[in-house]
Amino acid sequence: MTAPQDPRSLAWTIGAAIVVVLYVILLLGVESQLEIAGLLAAGIAAVAVAARFGVVARLGRFLGERDGLLNALVVAGTLAVTAFFHGDAFVLLLVATVIIYFIACLGLNLQFGYSGVLNFAGAAFFGIGCYTAAVMTVHTAVPHLLILFAGGAMAAAIGSILILPVLRTYSHYSAVITIAFGLLFKIFLEVNDALGGPQGLRVKGMNVLGWKFNSNIDIGGIEVSFYVNYIVLGLVLLALAFTFVRRVERSWIGLNLDAVRLDETAAACFGLNITRWKITAFTLGNFLIGLAGALFAMMLGFIAPTNFTFGDSLILVSIVLLGGIGNPWGLVVATAILIVVPEKLQAIQEYRFLLFAAMVILILLFRPEGLLPRSLRTYFPGWRAK
Amino acid sequence: MSATSNNNGATPLLAATGLSKLFGGVVALDKLDLQVFANQILGLIGPNGSGKTTFFNVTTGIYPVSAGRVVFDGQDITNLSTQAVYRAGISRTFQRSRLSLALSIFDNIMIGNHKRLNQGLWFNLARRDAFRRQFEESFEEARELVQVFDAPLADRMFEAIGGFPMIDRRRIEICRALVSRPKLLLLDEPSAGMTQEETTELMDDILEVKDRFQGLTIVIIEHEMGVIERITERCVVLNFGQKISEGAYQEIARDRLVQEAYLGIE
Ligand SMILES: Nc1ncnc2c1ncn2[C@@H]1O[C@H](COP(=O)(O)OP(=O)(O)O)[C@@H](O)[C@H]1O
Ligand SMILES: [Mg+2]
Repeated sequence: MTAPQDPRSLAWTIGAAIVVVLYVILLLGVESQLEIAGLLAAGIAAVAVAARFGVVARLGRFLGERDGLLNALVVAGTLAVTAFFHGDAFVLLLVATVIIYFIACLGLNLQFGYSGVLNFAGAAFFGIGCYTAAVMTVHTAVPHLLILFAGGAMAAAIGSILILPVLRTYSHYSAVITIAFGLLFKIFLEVNDALGGPQGLRVKGMNVLGWKFNSNIDIGGIEVSFYVNYIVLGLVLLALAFTFVRRVERSWIGLNLDAVRLDETAAACFGLNITRWKITAFTLGNFLIGLAGALFAMMLGFIAPTNFTFGDSLILVSIVLLGGIGNPWGLVVATAILIVVPEKLQAIQEYRFLLFAAMVILILLFRPEGLLPRSLRTYFPGWRAK
Repeated sequence: MSATSNNNGATPLLAATGLSKLFGGVVALDKLDLQVFANQILGLIGPNGSGKTTFFNVTTGIYPVSAGRVVFDGQDITNLSTQAVYRAGISRTFQRSRLSLALSIFDNIMIGNHKRLNQGLWFNLARRDAFRRQFEESFEEARELVQVFDAPLADRMFEAIGGFPMIDRRRIEICRALVSRPKLLLLDEPSAGMTQEETTELMDDILEVKDRFQGLTIVIIEHEMGVIERITERCVVLNFGQKISEGAYQEIARDRLVQEAYLGIE
């Protein structure tokens, strides 16, 4: 029942993973803008060459049936990078941000990638999670881990109100409704003094049974940045979110969402309640986005309306488009590119939206399925018919 | 026009009475009375634009009726939702194939199996062992069904449908409609775009399936008169949304009205 053993491919895969980790460490470590640009160019060239010789495809096929191995490699790789930069707050903040955005994009992927509901208010739902965390950490004694889930629940609840007008309109117009909601959300925050107005709100750091996430750790005389706490917790949540999204995909639910996206009329003729499945995807997706937001807020310790602009929503959508619509693994690559590159390459900070737009247009033109296109559904990896 | 609907007074499985459908000024169905008897294959014929597809669309709830009613298996299904019509036991194929090309054969067939699969969130996400059992059972069922149509196809259940030729797509579309064990199957020009031999083969398969599924009733829209003659027990001929003739193929073929409107020649 399990996929056939293949020691050579396994060795190759682990080798490739080590190379990737070393590359990421190098990229995060160097400071000179010229070196960063050079490294990026070298990275792109290396991937292109590897793809040319079928290495990428082969790795993809091998890992495609081995979720567990891939998960383990990602977690191990992240921890390796984290250990290397244990004292470097800037780099670790970046790593934690990528993890948290990845969780949010998994939610967006459920909505857009599976059921086809475009959500241009991703940053708003992320913000709902953030503000829920801010209010609850400061004004209530609810355990902080529960507050994360409250952030998700709040985003899901508010989303279920927004979905009604979205469902009443046809695709493009419903996208416009989500844009309007995103803009309204930001204005609402700015004029609402109870939520801090334009100045924003303070958020208490995560505190689990006395383990204070926002203090640096001292391990045998080595100072470790407090962001490591958030990276570890983020990885745990990511693993849960990832498993969740995978199970959705590999079930009748995932099939229903695909059917609704691909042909509503045909789906309706076979009993699928289009509304029900769109609401399901939208709500589950917003839950993940809100949860990610709550964690993000506790990590930053401070949030303001300017964190939740339409531009931020666009970044989330770009990640999904770029990564490979419907493919959770494509999101890793896309999140890393879209979050890390502008932070490291200061020269493009100003132009990052321009660059993202260009990238998205190029992808849609030449590789409409994204960098890592989604593969066909396997309900149980490695399963073979008798 | 007297109803030649003989059948010794049996109650029909599907009965449309006074069924009309207007699209703006276009009268697609005009006070149509149409009966389909259980276990039969009914041929629905008529020139292009005579309202055949519209009859399917109105029956399955895609469009609301303008007037009249449709009764299926003792239940008034007039203006029911597409979902409710499917649950009542009517499945269909589409004139222009509506499979999801990006999905596998198995996925496409399972879309048609919606009402027989457990759609609960908890079942699907948390009870993976139970889900696996349902998945394996459904797979076997789907594979057996596909095997009736084409054995080699049944070994390629997890390949994307987009990579298959038209005949295979038609087969899969019929399997999607059949997998939920409907009482009534509506086939809209299943042989369109296929060669003579392919058509013959497909019709053989349809007859075989009907044999296997005791109690299956079929309405088939088809232009090829040879096919109609071979597989149908009764025919209904439409022209401008009206029924102009009905009866066994031999009877309608002799009908002058039909020859003028449709067979047109001689
Ligand atoms: N959705 C629609 N909107 C407007 N007119 C339609 C629609 N569907 C069908 N018609 C019209 O109704 C008539 C019958 O069409 P149809 O049922 O498709 O014919 P057939 O299947 O017999 O070729 C045609 O004149 C067609 O143009
Ligand atoms: Mg037609």
